[in-house]
Amino acid sequence: MAFRQKHLLGIEPLHPEEIKTVLDVADTYVDLNRQSNKHSDALKGLTQINMFFENSTRTQASFELAGKRLGADVMNMAMQASSIKKGETLIDTALTLNAMHPDLLVVRHPHSGAVDLLAQKVNCAVLNAGDGKHEHPTQALLDALTIRRAKGRLHRLNIAICGDITHSRVARSNLILLGKMENRVRLVGPPTLVPQQFREFGCEIYDDMAEGLKDVDVVMMLRLQKERMDGGFIPSEREYFYRYGLDADKLAHAKPDAIVMHPGPMNRGVEIDGTIADDINRSVIQEQVEMGVAVRMAAMDLLARNLKAEREANNGVMV
Amino acid sequence: MTIFTNARLIDPETQTDEIGWLRVEGPTIAERGTGTPPMGESIDCGGKCLAPGIVDLGVKVSEPGERHKESFASAGRAAAAGGVTTIVTRPDTINAIDTPEVLEFVRRRAATDAIVKVKHMSALTKGRDGREMVEIGFMLDAGAAAFTDCDHVVTDTKVLQRALTYAKSCGALVIGHPQEPTLSKGAAATSGKFAALRGLPSVSPMAERMGLDRDLALVEMTGVRYHFDQVTTARALPALERGKANGFDITAGVSIHHLTLNELDVGDYRTFFKVKPPLRAEEDRLAMVDAVASGLIDIICSMHTPQDEESKRLPFEEAASGAVALETMLPAALRLYHAGQLTLPELFRAMALNPAKRLGLNSGRLSDGAPADLVLFDPDAPFVLDRFALRSKSKNTPFDGARMQGKIKGTWVDGLRVYEG
Repeated sequence: MAFRQKHLLGIEPLHPEEIKTVLDVADTYVDLNRQSNKHSDALKGLTQINMFFENSTRTQASFELAGKRLGADVMNMAMQASSIKKGETLIDTALTLNAMHPDLLVVRHPHSGAVDLLAQKVNCAVLNAGDGKHEHPTQALLDALTIRRAKGRLHRLNIAICGDITHSRVARSNLILLGKMENRVRLVGPPTLVPQQFREFGCEIYDDMAEGLKDVDVVMMLRLQKERMDGGFIPSEREYFYRYGLDADKLAHAKPDAIVMHPGPMNRGVEIDGTIADDINRSVIQEQVEMGVAVRMAAMDLLARNLKAEREANNGVMV
Repeated sequence: MTIFTNARLIDPETQTDEIGWLRVEGPTIAERGTGTPPMGESIDCGGKCLAPGIVDLGVKVSEPGERHKESFASAGRAAAAGGVTTIVTRPDTINAIDTPEVLEFVRRRAATDAIVKVKHMSALTKGRDGREMVEIGFMLDAGAAAFTDCDHVVTDTKVLQRALTYAKSCGALVIGHPQEPTLSKGAAATSGKFAALRGLPSVSPMAERMGLDRDLALVEMTGVRYHFDQVTTARALPALERGKANGFDITAGVSIHHLTLNELDVGDYRTFFKVKPPLRAEEDRLAMVDAVASGLIDIICSMHTPQDEESKRLPFEEAASGAVALETMLPAALRLYHAGQLTLPELFRAMALNPAKRLGLNSGRLSDGAPADLVLFDPDAPFVLDRFALRSKSKNTPFDGARMQGKIKGTWVDGLRVYEG
């Protein structure tokens, strides 16, 4: 099977075949998750530690469930309340944890690049659960799986990523992944929230929703990340909703069978109209959550296989 | 149908000044010529000047908040008496015009009370306090002609950058006040011999260029349409020229006071001469006149700022800034014509055509199809200005008692006469 990564730090290092492999494995876990007995032994005996240096409910729950279903021993560490507060550096925290011999580390951190740094200091597989405004690879993979299942393919699609691109790691991972799989990616939003430099990476950029959504197959809405803003990016939420919020009028510019996605949590009436979010014919937002667990199971499964293979090559000695 | 005959037609578009006739059909200019006028109801202009009505960019009407200083009714009458057919109001009212709801209110007031056309500008940031941009999209939908915080410079460059980026995406025109705000804080005069002698807190004329340079860099970053409300110092001109040569979408204005008065006019602390930015040296004034003649400065405005007696009858430093000018703008500008520094078509290019173009209005010209917004004036008729004869509610003019030349004989808005002198 074509998946050679030691860590899952981002979409950028992945080969399109590796992305395909993750999605293929995830498909089998979707089936497993729909059964009454959701257990597998893929991670049996392994230890998974979830380190979240930033608040998370959904992603953490998804990773925890994925680990437990695969038979791992899962531990959650709420890092905000612990050693950082006492002044420990990230590297010291990593070394401390490493001494406990974890096999899978799931890390979220508010600063871009922090998860990469941590991965250099430990000898287990590290999964990036979101680092600052950089990447959120499992989100992009679950979005890809959702699109592939809804559209029957993951190439030659017109996909609009809309809203707060500047503050979004989801957008970065998605536009890299969708680009690698040969789709046309558009970024739509107010220019204060869309870095124009992404044009150089092959994205088309629009500041008008009607133009940006014209004939797209997929509309991916992003949350307005108020907590990451230092003020002044948009005049008000009501004007934002009026110009950039997804409602039926704006969605009418997309293809009639276009699907609507949102990574959650949603701000209804800010970036998306409630009736669109709830429209079961258009919205795949609930499917995204379901795919999330399956994709994380697949990613951890594949990383664990590589980890075990590496250890076997070293005669079972951890390096 | 009305035919203006025997008129000296001042056309800023073709830069011509010639005797002829002009036919008005309903609210629009239908035809003009130089030979025998067509038959019909006519007004004999007696060889006096007929020009497009002035479009005055940056008028303070003190509604809401200070209606005792100026209302839409009084400002409209003053404008008509001064040959101003379109006033573009400033948002520096109390409270600032920074929400679509307030804009809607003033638009309604203007529509019922003013006898000339009124366009409204919106603040650029909420409360003009330089922290958060206004709802630029909603304000445009509500009819905002441009966005400006007036003399409140947005000091936080990041806030300004975002506001300009957003404004650009909406296609909005932004108007800035080129001034380095920390240098000019508290200043009542321009640094120089006069301010030193009078012991007034003063600001270096370089503060204007510093502000202009910063804003030009932001225009280059964002590509926004930008207008500098008042450029008043010689040293700012090369930067402005460079910006225009680089192809930025920029224009610049100057107030009538900075074209016709200098710092020495303040004399014995006469507060009616306190304006913002402060009056400049004579060399600066002459440089501004040249810049208008060459077209480097695009727009002459009145910077009409009504202040009541109480806010002016104070020590110079404490007195409020600003002067009324709707009625005195044209006679004052004619000083430059009589001095041989500017031709009449050049004056009306800066007072009518250019501001109209900048705001996307069809007025400011004498061509067929343009609205019949006209002013008829005798450029030579002398008079002594009596400030108590002004139609503005506030009488704070620096020209009180001044000998002036140029009387307005009539003003028409959309073909209807709104003033007869």
